[in-house]
This record gives sequence, structure tokens and C-alpha cells, in this order.
Amino acid sequence: MDMVTLTIDGIKVQAPKDATVLEAARKAGIKIPTLCFLKGVNEIGACRMCVVEVKGAKSLQTACVLPVSDGMEVITNSAAVRESRKVTLELLLSDHNLECPTCIRNLNCELQKLSEELGVQAIRYPGEKSKAQYDDFSPSIVRDTSKCILCRRCVSTCHKVQSVGVISPNYRGFNTVIAPVYDMSLSEVSCVNCGQCIMACPVGALKEKDDTDKVWKALADPEKYVIVQTAPAIRVSLGEEFGGELGTIVTKKLPAALRRLGFDKVFDTDFSADLTILEEGSEFLDRLQNGGKLPLITSCSPGWIKFCEHYYPEFLDNLSTCKSPQQMFGALVKTYYAEKMGIDPSKIFSVSIMPCTAKKYECKRPEMFSSGYQDVDVALTTRELSRMLKEAGINLNNLPDEEFDEPLGISTGAGAIFGATGGVMEAALRTVYEIVTKKELKNIDFTEVRGVEGVKEATIDIDGIKVNVAVAHGLSNARVVLDRVKNGEANYHFIEIMACPGGCVGGGGQPILNADERWEADYREERAKAIYEVDRNMPLRKSHENPAVKSLYKEFLGEPLGEKSHKLLHTHYTKRELYPATK
Amino acid sequence: MAVALNQQQEFTAKLKQIEEMLKKYKGQKGALLQALQEAQNIMGYLPIEVQEMVAETLDITLSEVYSTITFYSFFSLKPKGKYQIRTCLGTACYVRGAEKILDRLKTELGIEVGDTTDDGKFSLNACRCIGACGLAPAIIINDEVYGRLTPDKIPDILKKFE
Ligand code: SF4
Ligand code: SF4
Ligand code: SF4
Ligand code: FES
Ligand code: FES
Repeated sequence: MDMVTLTIDGIKVQAPKDATVLEAARKAGIKIPTLCFLKGVNEIGACRMCVVEVKGAKSLQTACVLPVSDGMEVITNSAAVRESRKVTLELLLSDHNLECPTCIRNLNCELQKLSEELGVQAIRYPGEKSKAQYDDFSPSIVRDTSKCILCRRCVSTCHKVQSVGVISPNYRGFNTVIAPVYDMSLSEVSCVNCGQCIMACPVGALKEKDDTDKVWKALADPEKYVIVQTAPAIRVSLGEEFGGELGTIVTKKLPAALRRLGFDKVFDTDFSADLTILEEGSEFLDRLQNGGKLPLITSCSPGWIKFCEHYYPEFLDNLSTCKSPQQMFGALVKTYYAEKMGIDPSKIFSVSIMPCTAKKYECKRPEMFSSGYQDVDVALTTRELSRMLKEAGINLNNLPDEEFDEPLGISTGAGAIFGATGGVMEAALRTVYEIVTKKELKNIDFTEVRGVEGVKEATIDIDGIKVNVAVAHGLSNARVVLDRVKNGEANYHFIEIMACPGGCVGGGGQPILNADERWEADYREERAKAIYEVDRNMPLRKSHENPAVKSLYKEFLGEPLGEKSHKLLHTHYTKRELYPATK
Repeated sequence: MAVALNQQQEFTAKLKQIEEMLKKYKGQKGALLQALQEAQNIMGYLPIEVQEMVAETLDITLSEVYSTITFYSFFSLKPKGKYQIRTCLGTACYVRGAEKILDRLKTELGIEVGDTTDDGKFSLNACRCIGACGLAPAIIINDEVYGRLTPDKIPDILKKFE
């Protein structure tokens, strides 16, 4: 690659020709503060926090979008630069609802951090505050524009990464606000509740709808039997909230933590992930052998489901009728488990810990009451669980290792990999292969469907049957795959789609990394590595070998796709309008 | 009732016309400003129905369309009011307190510049010299000039149009 040489703060620095000054400086260990910049997502040079002096240029330049050139001389911390950054920051703060101690992002806020780093100790420009919108009508996402700094990181994420595009800067100048059309609520437009905008936001302007109160209340209620399930991806992310490295594995700390919070039973969504594989694998084979609708598309990701309902309704019949593992679990807890244990299902309060904001929406869907009650009462995100633990003074690091409760806490490695993109596909292939061939699958690692590439394709040979599979994560990648099918460019049999980039490990309810941390490491990749390690270390790694799933079929369900399964574990979908209802 | 029906028919006819007009922009994301301008020429403003058509045809999001419309002051989300008030902000009027006149108009009508009252009666705009400098500060309502204004004269003037 062509390299150029420039000087930054008197240091000679080599950088690729197409690098920006910001990149060159970072590589040389020189820190330039940024705010609107989010690598690969939002590189628009809007906030002017990253200004630098460039010899020969009349005004200060924004380093995040400034290309390097040979012989360039850059100064990153002159008095003029520091003053300019300070003024920029103070102007932002002057129109900001400063209430750090009670703000959701207190101690994890880029604005707060910058203010400390730049030494801002007073705001010299007290001014009028713009009119704010507080929108908490969505079951998943809360918008509080009084904290918004108009960096547009959420906008780029929603439009480019997710190709949903329901929030934009509306109006102009002082009145500018990031909002849906006509300042509607996110619940009135075709937002899919993925929460990726929250992950991108540097401040407290976007957050999940907090449901911890409901859980505290249930835990304190002696009448309630409170059951919790934890999704696969939580065990490789919650540790980060307690100072752990990216992808620290806390599988055995989780049960201990949840018991100390007071849950009566601590179960594992990995169990119902295994169950999903049996149902979905059977569904796939049924469609393949009996001329059913193909490609079959996975249905675990409620953000993806809503996206399909709004944007690609022509594919609704391709969606697997299987409910997500969260909802299969919910339906069973208030039927099978309640019966087995002789508990009145109306007394059961069912909580899930999810990496996902869309799960909050999913558990309220009218289709998700098949036990006769709301199957999952509350879905909490990883972040909400972390807040509850901290509030209760429980430090994950100080807990002993414990096991999940039986039987709904028994799982295999196949259930665990649901947490990473490609995992559902891989788990399904492990089972489908053995069902079809009745032979043992020797190499169970389907590495061709793993990894961070946006769209993965493979052809798997199952005893002479060639199965074409595709895996997409992030909804803009889902579009690529669906458009290929639509245009007849691909002949897939089975497609896995996850709404979030990286799959659930990158879910919108996961611990939030700031822009610098996101630059330094791919958090999804690190967490996915941990997920595969969890899988490797499990004694059982194929869903159909899960003994608890086997007894569930024997004692209760009968067989996959049977009558009970149909009633409890499968569902249907609804076409939704793309645009808000016009009056 | 008959009037409302006619309005509805006219609206539908114009929507059809816009649909035809938009055909030439199919898939052209870059043509947003032109498409909106032409649509506004036909309809007089850009209701959500038109915005959805534009989004659909150009293959962009509705949110982008709305964002663009609200950024540029020459686009309007609401039909022009029955009475269009233009406030002169030319030099002569300006030095004689046109801004105070405009502020009073805003508070009396409860709308911002470029907006229309909810009952569709008044829309409010600012403009350059209207050639009535001798009467500064001045406003025009439809075609009639009102001059030598003070903020306190505004309510009485508006009353004439009730
Ligand atoms: S967004 Fe950041 S700076 Fe603003 S109130 Fe919250 S913590 Fe404080
Ligand atoms: S939740 Fe997802 S779809 Fe909704 S606004 Fe945020 S990024 Fe867009
Ligand atoms: S909501 Fe957050 S991410 Fe979006 S523009 Fe405002 S501060 Fe930036
Ligand atoms: S302008 Fe460079 S970080 Fe915002
Ligand atoms: S400046 Fe107002 S009429 Fe000339």
C-alpha cells in the first residue's frame, strides 16, 4: 500500500495514503478527542470535537474526515485547538439536560468523559434550551432528546447498518431534533425495536424501556413463584459490566447471581434453544421432503421478524413457524413445568434475561399468550440485569460457581451457539444431519457459517442431499440475501437471519462500548469467540442429545411438530404497514 | 358537505397527477429535491400521502423525505392558509421594528414562520421589501397592504378575517 509521511505534533508518522489524520494520530499513540465519529458507521465530520491545526490551512480542520497527505504538518493540541474544542463542548452542554447522577449513562457517557478530559469546569454560554421530546411509548426503546447532542450516530446506524431508517434529523438549526416523521413515537412507525441505535448513542438520549421495577416487585411478592431464563449471549457479556475483558465467560456465575437476587428457579434459554432445533430441524426436513415453502428462514430474532413483517411481507410464509427460544420457554414454564411441579401457573412470574430490546416487544405480542397467560412476563436486557445486581450489591466476581436448575437448565453446546451469528444454522445442521443419515456426525464444527462477514453462504452435503444455506446478520445484510432470493440469483434451502450485527452477542440490550472501545476491538467477534469456547467445553453438543429435551417429548409434547408443539411452540406472522397510517 | 367532497376529489386527482409526474424519477435517490419541488407545484404543499409516494418511487425512506422537507423553508407540510400573511423584513421595515410585528403575529396565531394555523385560515411568512417603505413597518395579507404598524394593531387586523 502507498504510504505517506506526515508530522503530527513534531513526530514523524507514516500512514497509508487513504488514512485520515485521526487514524494516523491514533496509530502514533496521539489521542484526538472525537464525539460524532463512530468508525465504519458515522464518519461525517459534524461535531468539530476533533479539530486540529494544519500548517498552511486557514481554519482548524476536522481530523476524523481529513485525509493525510505527504509532508502534512499537524498540531493536535495548540491553545487554539484546545479552546475551540472547549467552546464546542460548552455549547453542547449549554443546551443539554445535565442531570448526570440520575442519567442512565452516568459513568458510561462520552459527553461526560470528554468534559472531564478537556477540563471543562464551567459553561460560559448559558443559553435557551431547545424543546425536548420524551418518547416512551415503544415497548423497547425510549428517546429523550433533552440529552441528544445531534451526533447522528443513531441515524447512520438505523439507516445504513439496519436499513430501517425511521429516525432522522428533522427541522433545522436550533430546532433540529432526531425523531421519526412528524415527531411520532417509535411505536407508531416501522421501527423494529432492535436497539442498535442505543448501542451507537454516546449519551443518554436513547435507552431501553426499563422494566426492572416489575421484577423487583415480583421478587418481593411472597405469592409469586419467580422463574428466570438467561439467553445464550448473556454468559459472554455480563462479565464486562463487572470489569471483565470483552467476552469473559460467566456461565457459572449467572445462576449464583440470579439466586441471590431471589429468583425461585434459575433456568437456561439454551435448553429451549435445543428444543427449537428439534422443532425447526423437523420443520425444515418436512418442507424439504414434502415440497413445502423454501427457503426456510429462521425466526428467533424478533427484530428480524418485525422487519420481515414491515419490509418483506412476501417472505412471511418462508419464516419458520417456530417461536423463538424465549417464547418456547415461556409457553412451557406455565404449562409443562407448572403441571410437573404442581404450581398454579397464575402464580408464576416468568422473567427472561436477554441481549435484546426487541424481546420486550416480542413477549407482549398477542400470539405469545398460549399458556393462557402472558408466557413471558418481563424481558430484561443484560444492562438491566447488571443494574439490578449492582443495586443489590452483588458483585459477579465475588460469587461461587453454581449450576442452573433442572430440568429446564440442562442444555448442549448447540443451544449456546444460538448467541452468535451462524449458530442457529450450525446447531440445526448438527441435528438435521444425524436425523437424516442416522449416522454420527464426525466433524460437528460448521466453520463456514461462523465469523463476522455480513453474508455467509455454504453448501452442505447431507448424505448426497445438497443443502444450500445462507446466514445474514444486521438487517442491511438480510436485505442482500432476501433480494438475491427475490431476483432468482440464489437457490437457498435454509437461511438464518439475525437482526443485530454479530447476532445476539451484538444485541441492542448488551453492554455499551464507547466509540474508542469499538474502534480498538470488535466486541461481537470477541464475544462470539467466547460462545464457541462455551460450546467446545460442553459434554453434549447436539440438541437432540439433550436429555431434558428428550424427557420433555416423552412426558409431555409427544413428538416434534405434534399437536401440543403446534399449540405451544409455533406461531404465525402478520403483514404490517411500512408507513404510519395516513389519516 | 358538497364542498368537502369536491376537495377530496381534487386532492385525489392531484395525487394521481403527482404519481404520473414521479414516474420519471423511479429509483433515482438523488432526485429528491426536484421531485419534491415538482410535487409541491402540483399540490401546493407536501402532505404525508405525497411524501410516501416520493419515498416509494425514489426508493428512499419516508424519514429522509420528511427530514429534507423540514430542513428547507421553501417546502411546506401544510396547505397555504386562506389568508396568507407576509411580513416585510426589508431594511426600512426592519429598522422600524418589523421583528416585533412578526413576533406578535407569531404569538397571536400560535405558529412559526412558514407554518399554517390548524384551522387552515392563516399562513405566516417573511419576505423582502414589498415596495411600501413609506408605510414601514408593513405586512401584506393576500393582496392588501397594512402599514405603519405597531404590535398592538395586529389583533384588530386579524379580527377582520374571522
Ligand atoms: S447524557 Fe451524559 S452528560 Fe448528559 S446527563 Fe447523561 S451522563 Fe450526564
Ligand atoms: S431500534 Fe432499530 S429500527 Fe428502531 S430506531 Fe433504533 S436502530 Fe432504528
Ligand atoms: S440520539 Fe444519541 S446517537 Fe442519536 S444523534 Fe442524539 S446523541 Fe447522537
Ligand atoms: S467532527 Fe470529527 S469527531 Fe465529530
Ligand atoms: S422594507 Fe418593508 S416595504 Fe420596503
